[in-house]
Amino acid sequence: MPPLHTYSVEAASIFLMPNKTFPAQFEFLDEIRELVAQVAREGGFTEKEIYSLQLAADEAASNIIEHAYEGVSNADLYITCDVHGNAITITMRDTGKAFDPSKVKQPNIKADLSDRQIGGLGVYLMRKLMDEVRYESNSRTGNLLTMVKRKG
Amino acid sequence: MEITTQEYKHCDLIKVKGRIDSATAPEFSKALEKATEAGHFKIAVDMSELEYMSSAGFRALLATQRNCKRYNRGELVLVTVPDRIREALELAGFTELFKTFDDSIAAVGSF
Repeated sequence: MPPLHTYSVEAASIFLMPNKTFPAQFEFLDEIRELVAQVAREGGFTEKEIYSLQLAADEAASNIIEHAYEGVSNADLYITCDVHGNAITITMRDTGKAFDPSKVKQPNIKADLSDRQIGGLGVYLMRKLMDEVRYESNSRTGNLLTMVKRKG
Repeated sequence: MEITTQEYKHCDLIKVKGRIDSATAPEFSKALEKATEAGHFKIAVDMSELEYMSSAGFRALLATQRNCKRYNRGELVLVTVPDRIREALELAGFTELFKTFDDSIAAVGSF
């Protein structure tokens, strides 16, 4: 990581760090993808990369809504999206059930039709599409997912 | 998302426009189930005007392909898959599970 000057971090935080709260419902996935596309486009990512970022963000948000907030209504999803230099960082925070990615079995993407499992495909795609995917769970602040993708 | 189904003599052509995600995938599944419940197991899905598909859409395609191929009674094929969607399907290893055609005439004619 190159050193960052304090003033540039602050300037970037103001102009490039939309911090948005979305209701944790599938109907808001469109808006989440739109937010990611907007920030990535302004940050100079290609259309192909933007599609990948939208897909990764969608899979992440869908998983949170479906699993972390399973059976919960009125829940929120807190998203930040930020470009620094040649990398975009997307974070998603929720207060639902903790998620242990090591328990997600990697899907066999070469299996026959009858043996194909769809579970775990979202996490698999996120890892393939992004350069970094990290999860942290904290009983006080909730779950934090951080995804990073560099240009090119 | 918008879905139109055309019934041909040998297959159903289902055209889906717009975006398939976790919010819209149930409606896409319903359109596919409507065909299979009517005993139509030869299905071509026209994606020429599809802008986006997440794994929720992949799931619907997979479930339908399993149903269609059971007892060798049919198959689901994909038509005019946009590049971005094809790349995502490839990443998930799904391209091997579906025949693809460049246009709907070729797809309908294949049945």
